[in-house]
Order: sequence, then structure tokens, then C-alpha cells
Amino acid sequence: MAERLKASEKFKRDRVPMREQDPKERVKNFNEVPYGYSLEEAIAEAQRCLQCDPAACVEGCPADVRIPQFIDKILDEDIEGAFKEIKLTNALPAVCGRVCPQEEQCEGACVMNKKGKPIAIGRLERFVADWARDNGIVDEQIDEGTKKNKRVAIVGSGPAGLACAADLANLGYDVTIFEALHKPGGVLIYGIPEFRLPKSIVQYEVEQIKKLGVKIYTDYVIGYIKTVDELVEEYDAVFLANGAGAPSFLGIPGENLNGVYSASEFLTRSNLMRAFDFPEYDTPIKVGKRVVVIGGGNVAMDAVRTAKRLGAEEAIIVYRRSRAEMPARAEEIEHAEAEGIKFELLTNPIRVVGDENGNVKGLECVRMELGEPDESGRRRPVPIEGSNFIMDVDNVIIAIGQNANPIVARTATGVETNKWGYFVADEETGKTTHPKVWAGGDIVTGAATVILAVGAGKKAAKSIHETLSKES
Amino acid sequence: MARILKKEQWSETIFSMLIDAKDVAKASKAGQFIILIPREHGERVPLTIADSNPDEGWVQIVFQVVGKSTLELSRMNEGDELYSFVGPLGMPSEVEKFDGKVVMIGGGIGIAPVHPIAKTLKEMGNHVISIIGARTADLLIMEDKMKDASTELIIATDDGSKGKKGFVNLVLEELLATEADNVSKIWAIGPPIMMKACVESAKKFNKPIIVSLNPIMVDGTGMCGACRVTVGGETKFACIDGPEFDGALVDFDELMARQKYYADQEKKALELYKAKEGIA
Repeated sequence: MAERLKASEKFKRDRVPMREQDPKERVKNFNEVPYGYSLEEAIAEAQRCLQCDPAACVEGCPADVRIPQFIDKILDEDIEGAFKEIKLTNALPAVCGRVCPQEEQCEGACVMNKKGKPIAIGRLERFVADWARDNGIVDEQIDEGTKKNKRVAIVGSGPAGLACAADLANLGYDVTIFEALHKPGGVLIYGIPEFRLPKSIVQYEVEQIKKLGVKIYTDYVIGYIKTVDELVEEYDAVFLANGAGAPSFLGIPGENLNGVYSASEFLTRSNLMRAFDFPEYDTPIKVGKRVVVIGGGNVAMDAVRTAKRLGAEEAIIVYRRSRAEMPARAEEIEHAEAEGIKFELLTNPIRVVGDENGNVKGLECVRMELGEPDESGRRRPVPIEGSNFIMDVDNVIIAIGQNANPIVARTATGVETNKWGYFVADEETGKTTHPKVWAGGDIVTGAATVILAVGAGKKAAKSIHETLSKES
Repeated sequence: MARILKKEQWSETIFSMLIDAKDVAKASKAGQFIILIPREHGERVPLTIADSNPDEGWVQIVFQVVGKSTLELSRMNEGDELYSFVGPLGMPSEVEKFDGKVVMIGGGIGIAPVHPIAKTLKEMGNHVISIIGARTADLLIMEDKMKDASTELIIATDDGSKGKKGFVNLVLEELLATEADNVSKIWAIGPPIMMKACVESAKKFNKPIIVSLNPIMVDGTGMCGACRVTVGGETKFACIDGPEFDGALVDFDELMARQKYYADQEKKALELYKAKEGIA
């Protein structure tokens, strides 16, 4: 049992840093960057928690994790108990502990921000989940008595689908997930790189959800092999969580030259298909000496850090606004900087230059300056006339966001989409315009975060449960 | 899942397999494709569906050994399970009962994807003239099936060892010289260079021609954009917008350049696999 500190002592303690791989080493491998807390480090960090009631951090968590309670169990050195507290509401703790933008969620709401640094809630969640996995802690099985004679179909096995499936399974529903790719996990598998989220961890958490009785059909593309209309016929409720899914391109000349990738393709090759391990795996990927990634979000950071690890001598971010406007998490930008990623800010690409064989050899850009704020409140970048220049590059990776993939929506009669093709769904319940269909995650909001998708999956599960309970 | 029910070798490098995939067979329509991964660690290989039988629950694929993945697939046997098999994918062919005749052109391995379209068109009551071609008689596939799926069947080989001597596009031109007024639509599927030539021939007679494109793909569901092609000056994704497009609008030179991007790696993977498996 660890010592409970007085509040005054808690304020004196610094946030416990997380040890991580040396940047010079880690750019040569795909191993995870941070090592995670040891038990001693976790306890030292847990000791700083003020145990607020009501807890602002929980308000900030879309997965409603019982944060003070699980942290208190760490202080009891009852890590299994801490794990059970987390699992009451979150089926993906090892994932969320790694990839949530905690600074905007639980940690952003932490009262300790007023005095210093917030409690490292994400690191603690990760510690507990990793400990439970390493020690073979099994989830409590569902009581047969709670089983309901109702079937729910979920389209997509990404964070929204998995979170919804776990909650519904725990409530006793018969849940089937349909996944288009050959492995479950969605963006957790194809999008987020190994060095940020090891795939074995995703697979483990998916396995736990399967143990709740959730069936996952992979290689099953709703929209082709079966329509949403058919699912509506066959199931009591349908949750659409198929992700945003279609990469945006810039619409500049030269985008179809060899060597230009969408970030989705680049990351899918490396993450899902494990092209980083070619020829051990058959899917190839090509990375030249100089690689430019266009964009300033988390996906851009993932792509540029992947390019560096795949052997690019120079891996460069090109972003049209300034650093302050970059949407990527501060932590991701810092990790990229430590790994020697270069940043060409206030720079806008206008043309990809090719050689006589149709391969990329350059990227023409123009320098930008910040003008008046635009509708997003960020200062609008405007080109500086005559500042055009050409960078010599071998690859251009475009990470400027996604559009709605139409294949699911076009078979969903009566489910309204907005002008961008995203499903219209109630923010609090995930209800669509069809009484048996719910939707959530990126296919409703456009590209967002894992935790927002988890939150949407949970809200839909709650609403589906309420609706189906009334029916019986 | 996806077990190989039947395997046939049709030439030194061409194989046919019937795959046990009931749901895919039920849902698939002419013009669509599947993606398979032969074994774990494999890559995703798109192949157009050559035939399917919803009652017996199988899908037929026909492929030519060109690299590591197709070589590995060709060495799998009846009873083996594919690591992954997903489909149907892509937009079905836009088939209807046309006023005039329909010309179906299949070159080499491209005869396989032409087959279900011809079959469907004939079932709809169309007069189907098929032109199937290969380099030489030994490489000509699906002759009997194409005979069944067509009203008239014309065979051509580059070396004249069977049927007419010459390329299928020249046979098309010869046909259009007398029949152009009676032809409503043309489909051409085969190597890009062949499809490009057929498009040029059709243009001479101002006839609409559909082609089926086979760019490099990864997911095949519109997620990655690897398969982007320029059609009428616009970027399209062959996987979800195609694979069939108006041939007159396709930028074939770009398609052919893009298909070569991984040639070095493909060669390396094939050599390593052959060395490992002791294949000469």
C-alpha cells in the first residue's frame, strides 16, 4: 500500500516523466517510442492525484473512465482492481492510454493544471492496461442471465465499432461486426504506426472484445457483399462506424506521378501490410532520399516519422500555416523534431515535378504569410508573390485529410447524409434519420480522434440499448 | 473460409481456381473483382471475377504467374485455404439490352474478365460478337466458355497459330469496317497497350468502348488512392469508381507508367522466393 500524500506535498511533486527510446536509435526501428511507467513510477505519479469529487477529468473523458477510482487502486497497489475500474467503461485502455490527446481531454481538465502539470492520466491508464495484459488478467465474463435475444450489426471494427460492440456485448446483446479489411481494428491497425501503437496490443484488446461474444467478420465489405438495407432487415439495430475513408488530394499538377502517395496508402502499406519489413512481407513501399509530407496534423506526423524510419535521409513537413496553427498534438510534433524531421512552415505546394519516366523529382512551392483570420479563426495564409521555389524530392506524401467514402452510404436507404457525404447523426445518441440505424465516428464527424470515436460508439450503444429495451 | 475447391493449369503460366466463397458468389455481378492474399505475409492481389455460381457457392479466378504472389498462389492446391479473400468489389458493368450488337474483346488473360460480362449481355438478349486473342494458340483460354457466352466468336492469335493472324484491335477494325452501323457498344479487356489500341480503333468508327483497368491497388475499397487513374482529365479511383471506364477518356500512358513503379521490388521478391523454394 503506497503512502497517501497531503495536498501540499502533492503540489511539490513534479509529474513523473516517461522514459523513451533515444531519438537517434528509434529512427532506425519501428519499436514503440515510450517505454511506459514502471510500478514505482506509476505509484509516484498516482500519489500526485488530488482525488477530486466531482472529478473534472472524468467530465473530460469521452469514455467516462473512472479516473480517480482507478488511480486510487494504483495507490493500493491493486493494479488488477485498477484495471477492472477502467474496463467498466473502456474496452480499449492500452490503445487510449497511448493515442488519446489527453491534453485536450482528461488531463486538460485536471485541476493540477492550475498549480503545475496535470496528472499523467494517459500514462497511468497505459500502465494499468499493459500490466493486466502482461499478467494475463481476464475480463469478467458476461452472466448468461443478462443475454438478450436481440442482434446488433456494426459496420467497421475501428475504435467506434469496437467500443460500441463491447458495451452492447456487456449488456447481453448478440453483436456482429463487419470489417472490410482482413484484420480488425480499423485505423488502429492500418493508420497508426507501430512505433506509436504496437499492433500486438490492438490485436490483444480486440481479442478481449471477441471473448465477450462479439463476432467479427473480416473481408466483408458492407455496400458490396451485403447492403445496409439487408442488415436492417436481418438485425434489430445497425451501427455504422465505417470511418471517413477516402483520401483527399490537393488537385495540383503532377499528383499522379510515381512517388506520390496519399498518407492513407503510405501508412496502410507500412502498418497493415507491414511493408516496413519487405521482403519478409510481400507488400513493397518506396522511400527515396528526400521525402516531403504535406500537412500539419497527426497523420502527417505519423507519415513523416514513418518515412524517416524507412530510410529517408531527409523527411520534411510542408505546411501552409505556421507552427501555432498545426493541428497535430504538441507531443507528436516534439517527437518528430527530436527525430530530426524538418519543417517547412508557411509553405504551400503548387506542383509536383516529374522526370521523363513519370517519377517525382521535385515539388514546387510558394512561401506564405499569415493574413486576416478565416472562418476557422486561424489566420489565413496568403501566398507571397514571386517566392516560388522547387525542392528536390523523391516522394511526396499527401496528408491533408479525408472525404467520405460512398460505398456504405449508397446502400443505406433512409439514412440521410450531409453535403459532404457524412451520415447525419445526433451528437448525443448517434441516431440517424432511420429508426433502426445509428452512426458514429469519422463517418459522422469527418476525420477526428480515436477517443472521440470511442465516445461516439459508447453513446450509440447506450441509445441502442434504450431503444431496444423499450421494444421488448 | 475461402478454400480452393478446384485448380486447373491452362498453360505454362495461366491457372484457374474455383474458390469456395458462397456470399461473394451470391453478391457478385459482371465486371466486379476480388482481392486475395495467398498466405500470411502476402500482399493484396486484385483479380477480376471470371465466373461465379451462387448455387454451388464458388467464384472462379483466372490468373497468370507474373511475380511472387501469383507464383505462390499457383503453387497452392485444392483444399488449401487462402489467407484472405474479399469481394465483390468495384462497380458492376453497366449492362442492358442494346439496340444493336455488342462487341466483346478479350486479350490474353483479359478473356477471363470479359466472360461474365459477355455471358450476362447474352442472357439479356443481346447479339454478342466476341473477339478473343492471345499471343499463340497454347495461351488462348476459355474458348468453350466464350463460345457459350457469345452469339459469334472470333479467335485471333499474334502468330496465326489459331484463328485469324494478328492483334485483336485489327480484327476489331476489320469487323467495324462492315458492321459499324450495327454495333452499339464495345468492351475491351486485356493488357493496357491492347486496350489503348482497341480504343484507337473504336475511335476511328466513333463507337463507344468500355475498358476495365488494373492499376496497382492496396485496399480496393477507396481508402488509399493507390489505384488513381486519369479519366477525362479527372482523377478517379479504379477500385470504387471503376474498374470499368469510358476508354476514350482514359490516360493509358499514365496507367502504364504507374503500373511499373514497384518493378524493382517485385523482381527482388520473386527472386528471393524462388531461391527459398528452390524453383529454377
